[in-house]
Amino acid sequence: MLDKILFLLCLASALADERCMPDTPHGFQVRLSIKTALGDEAYVWNENEMFLFRASLAFAMRNHMNGQQFEVSNIIVCNETMRVSFWFIVTSPLDTSQLIDQENVEAAIRQSRNRINSAFLLTDKTLEFVDILPTLATLYTHPTPPWLIVFGVVMGAVSAGIIIMLVSSVVQKKRKTNRKPQDEDDDEETRVKTVENGDAHDGIHNMSFSEDERFTKM
Amino acid sequence: MRLKLKLPNPGLDDRIPSHEQLEVMEKEEAGDRPKWDNKAQYLLTCVGFCVGLGNVWRFPYLCQSHGGGAFMIPFLILLVLEGIPLLHLEFAIGQRLRKGSVGVWRSINPYLTGVGIASLLVSFLVGMYYNTIMAWIMWYLFNSFQNPLPWSQCPLNANNTGYVEECSRSSTVDYFWYRETLNTSTAIDESGGLQWWMVLSLVAAWGLLYVCCIRGIETSGKAVYITSTLPYLVLTIFLIRGLTLKGSVDGIKFLFTPDVNELMNPQTWLDAGAQVFYSFSLAFGGLISFSSYNSVHNNCEQDAVLISLINGCTSVYSATVIYSIIGFRATEKFDDCMSDNIMKLINAFNYAENSITESNYNDALNYLNQTNPDVIQGLDLQTCDMQTLLSQGVEGTGLAFIVFTEAIIKMPISPLWAVLFFIMLFCLGLSTMFGNIEGVVVPLQDLRLLPRSWPKEVFCGLTCLVSFAFGLIFAQRSGNYWLALFDNFAGSIPLLVIGFCEMFAVIYIYGVDRFNKDIEFMVGHKPNIFWQVTWRVVSPVIMIVILVFYFVTQVTKNLTYLVWDQEVSFPTLEPRAFPSWIYVIIFILAGIPSLSIPIFALFKFIQRKCCKKEKRADFTVETISAKIIMDDKIKF
Repeated sequence: MLDKILFLLCLASALADERCMPDTPHGFQVRLSIKTALGDEAYVWNENEMFLFRASLAFAMRNHMNGQQFEVSNIIVCNETMRVSFWFIVTSPLDTSQLIDQENVEAAIRQSRNRINSAFLLTDKTLEFVDILPTLATLYTHPTPPWLIVFGVVMGAVSAGIIIMLVSSVVQKKRKTNRKPQDEDDDEETRVKTVENGDAHDGIHNMSFSEDERFTKM
Repeated sequence: MRLKLKLPNPGLDDRIPSHEQLEVMEKEEAGDRPKWDNKAQYLLTCVGFCVGLGNVWRFPYLCQSHGGGAFMIPFLILLVLEGIPLLHLEFAIGQRLRKGSVGVWRSINPYLTGVGIASLLVSFLVGMYYNTIMAWIMWYLFNSFQNPLPWSQCPLNANNTGYVEECSRSSTVDYFWYRETLNTSTAIDESGGLQWWMVLSLVAAWGLLYVCCIRGIETSGKAVYITSTLPYLVLTIFLIRGLTLKGSVDGIKFLFTPDVNELMNPQTWLDAGAQVFYSFSLAFGGLISFSSYNSVHNNCEQDAVLISLINGCTSVYSATVIYSIIGFRATEKFDDCMSDNIMKLINAFNYAENSITESNYNDALNYLNQTNPDVIQGLDLQTCDMQTLLSQGVEGTGLAFIVFTEAIIKMPISPLWAVLFFIMLFCLGLSTMFGNIEGVVVPLQDLRLLPRSWPKEVFCGLTCLVSFAFGLIFAQRSGNYWLALFDNFAGSIPLLVIGFCEMFAVIYIYGVDRFNKDIEFMVGHKPNIFWQVTWRVVSPVIMIVILVFYFVTQVTKNLTYLVWDQEVSFPTLEPRAFPSWIYVIIFILAGIPSLSIPIFALFKFIQRKCCKKEKRADFTVETISAKIIMDDKIKF
């Protein structure tokens, strides 16, 4: 209960600046999606978190505009909603009546975006600065496309296979032609044997016929 | 019903080996003809030939679009009445006459050689474009060996401020398919030149095919042990993975929910009949060839029934797996769509997070629409509908390369699933290509156009080389449109014509009585009344009906093709009419194989008439030496 009162008081003090309003030309809207990002481990958004936000934004401004000592009081926040979205403007540390223009604020945020994100355990998508587009990460380009490597491997295997098959066919054929004259000699011997050892009942083996067969085969 | 129609066919006994000669050949094991190492090899090769990419990406689409579970009824009926009889016929005639397709039809009657030549031409044309799909699959497979997968991200534009426009307007998977893979042009007549990465993939596809087919079934018979069994393993892995994903059961339910009204639609029965016919890879000549390497007494009847059952079951199984993954993808897209809309609402009205969830979204939207209608209008909310997402009707290359790849990138460990999926598609396609190559190489050898002394390796190499050279059409920027053209015309009507002619030739020219006796000799019993009725009447009638309807629908409708054009109706495909010269190409693709049947019959007729005198002289030689020479001829 006390927290809530304090919260409202701080809001009131922040709201005191009329220059901070929705659609202000000098500031930006911020949207946080804590539950989407963290699920069960989501933290509750309260004035301490808001203080952290203002501090990290001051840090970002200090980084960008060297020399100027931005304080938490230079970051003015207004129009906080249940969504967890709000508007903010930045005043110059030297003269609080002067506002820092949009381009500088945008550049500062862009520069330190990562640091701001990690302070809240969020990402570019869940900690949204409306109208500041996140710089897209360049995709990693491989020195040699991986598909070419796989292609090379496959083609190497295929070529090796073709060569092995063709060579083995040629070798097999050569072995066959070398064996053929040997086989024919064996055939002739066996044929002669059957004639010699053959039974009289088998009939006469017509030698002229078998020779003819061999010739017509060639 | 006993039709005793038989056309006169003189000299048939001289052209075919008799039963006694078959027994002798069986015992002697004439080493000239290749043989299967074992029955499993033969069955796996036939299953591999029949089970192809169509089982994975055509049947699920037909099933879902024609009334889900109800589609099984026409599919099963036509499988039994059309598929099994034709398959049995091809197996039996190949096993009996022991020749490839040209040899078989030439033996039955020399006037029928045209049927074999038509099979050869169709196998060649289909092989050409089928292997291009294999090249695409290999390209995706090569690209799957990286994390993150290349189709999961859009490339950045020139000044790194955002994504490439074409990619952000469509989707990452669309962009990768149409731009980085095909680099598609906007019309079929804009050829756009050869894409070097596609040419390399084509080289890989034809090279791998050549290695596996280099010695015919000697090498491909070993390869099928892997290529025919691996798809089943991968399908099972995907089924288990799919069932553990959210929304998969919705997909399966969507697939099988029957809509009995679809059975009244004649288009359903036509599509079922066409699917059965093409799914069995009939009329390519490859099955006749494979069956001719069997032993004479192999039970071809049992084989036909077994392979038909396996083919049918595989179709249903793969449809289940595919739709479980599609269900997952649809659920993911639905969830993304809903959370997008919810985020828009809570951002616009600054509600706390999680105040609007999927369950109260509709109530919240209605309330807000009544209170602030103008704000709601400005938000441009999308309607998220599960039914639309599930029926994003996809078949063919769209299913594999767009829908499935999108589902894969949403799964954890995406590269693993991508590699498995594309290896499965590759194996399915490769085993079908074995049959195609067989249907080209063996008839080429039978036709004796090239010297017989050339070894099989050279025939195979020549076929692969010529097909690759012609297939470079598909490596152009307009290649996808050419492929769709080939798919629609070369692989449809000619096959139906050839299938019908095959049936007619065997039953009425060869003679169903002689065929019955042959089967009795080979298998041991005469084919029963089911086979008689289906062979003589039922299957030819079904095929004529499908052929006529197909022909009529193709001729009457305005022929268009779907174009990927950034200017018009992006990112959906836009139908565009063909230029007039394409009709010539269509005629060549569909007409020439079909017309080669009568043309060749005419050619043989003229040849007989003018050379009749010489032929008479041949037949009168009756000496012993002449008879010996004739015996040698018959052996081969």
